Amino acid sequence: MIVRIQGEGQFRIDDAATAELNRLDTELEAAVNHNDEAAFSAALDGLLAQVRAQGSPLPPDTLEPSDLILPHQDSSMDEVRKLLTEDGLIPG
Amino acid sequence: MKGTAARMGVMKRVSLVFKAKANKALDKMEDPRETLDYSYQRQLELLTKVRRGVADVATSRKRVELQMNQLQQSSNKLEDQARKALGMGREDLARAALERKASAQSQLNDLQVQYAQLQGEEEKLTVASQRLQSKVDAFRTRKETIKATYTAAEAQTRINEAFSGISEEMGDVGMAIQRAEDKTAQMQARAGAIDELMASGALDDAIGGRRDDIQSELDMMAASSDVERELSRLKGEITASAPKQLEGGANGTSQATQGQGQSTQAQGGPYAPPPPAQAQPAGLPASDLPAAEPQDGEGP
Repeated sequence: MIVRIQGEGQFRIDDAATAELNRLDTELEAAVNHNDEAAFSAALDGLLAQVRAQGSPLPPDTLEPSDLILPHQDSSMDEVRKLLTEDGLIPG
Repeated sequence: MKGTAARMGVMKRVSLVFKAKANKALDKMEDPRETLDYSYQRQLELLTKVRRGVADVATSRKRVELQMNQLQQSSNKLEDQARKALGMGREDLARAALERKASAQSQLNDLQVQYAQLQGEEEKLTVASQRLQSKVDAFRTRKETIKATYTAAEAQTRINEAFSGISEEMGDVGMAIQRAEDKTAQMQARAGAIDELMASGALDDAIGGRRDDIQSELDMMAASSDVERELSRLKGEITASAPKQLEGGANGTSQATQGQGQSTQAQGGPYAPPPPAQAQPAGLPASDLPAAEPQDGEGP
């Protein structure tokens, strides 16, 4: 499966590693819903670290869409909320 | 739908939002092959934009670098002034200089943090620009193959694949540019404020090319202590020659020296102490001299 970290590029990740990613993702979402800044940063850092550790970067000339997209390293909770709406942060 | 979205987690939802954007753009096209050319044009525009973004961040970073140097110089200078002021026994001036130094230093610390951020943005944008370039090249190749090989109907699936891959990258790069622009704008505003602060002399007038008040007071003190030194030198000369004047008569030289001593004293201003009492006896005979011994002066 292909995961993108915004601002960093795409990684190919073994499906076996996705359980841990999903667990952290659930934490991230809960943090956003509860407006919990500390839990949010912890979950995001954990997620990104996991993807970087488990994934292998895709060559830059591949044109494959990602299955999952992760917010960039220093995203604020507010930015992530906006990302989740179609008129949010994504240009175009 | 909302329930499904909630269980999907952040990662999946973000990727769906990206895909929805790509599909919307695709739907606008009559002939799917047109999409390829249109998208390619937009990719080239975006590439230009990223490169300009990199240049803008670099310019901003250089400006901050310049300001950091100025603040550092200012801080060094203020410390030097504080040391001099203390040496002259002026703790009040030293304190004023150190207060300004602290202010310059805190601006400097702030700038260092922002400088590091700008550097980070510059690096990220540079990498993003290289990655986008590779993808745009790959897209152009894929575009030519699709156009040469497939009919409009057959091409659809291939186009969708290529298109959604590149448009995700474009969306990401677009956001990276926006972030960099925001940071640069913040930095510019901050740099402008610091320029104003420096021009106002609140940190140190000297860095604006003008003399600052601490420095001019130090200079004034140094000048007035020079005056004091001159004064006491002249006084010493006069006390040494005064008895001779009284006994053996004065000559033109001693009169001239006396006159200089008086005028220096007069220019001393508020910093020159009142003429000491013993100056009087030395002065009095001198002014009386022409009358007492007219044959030696330039009298009529």
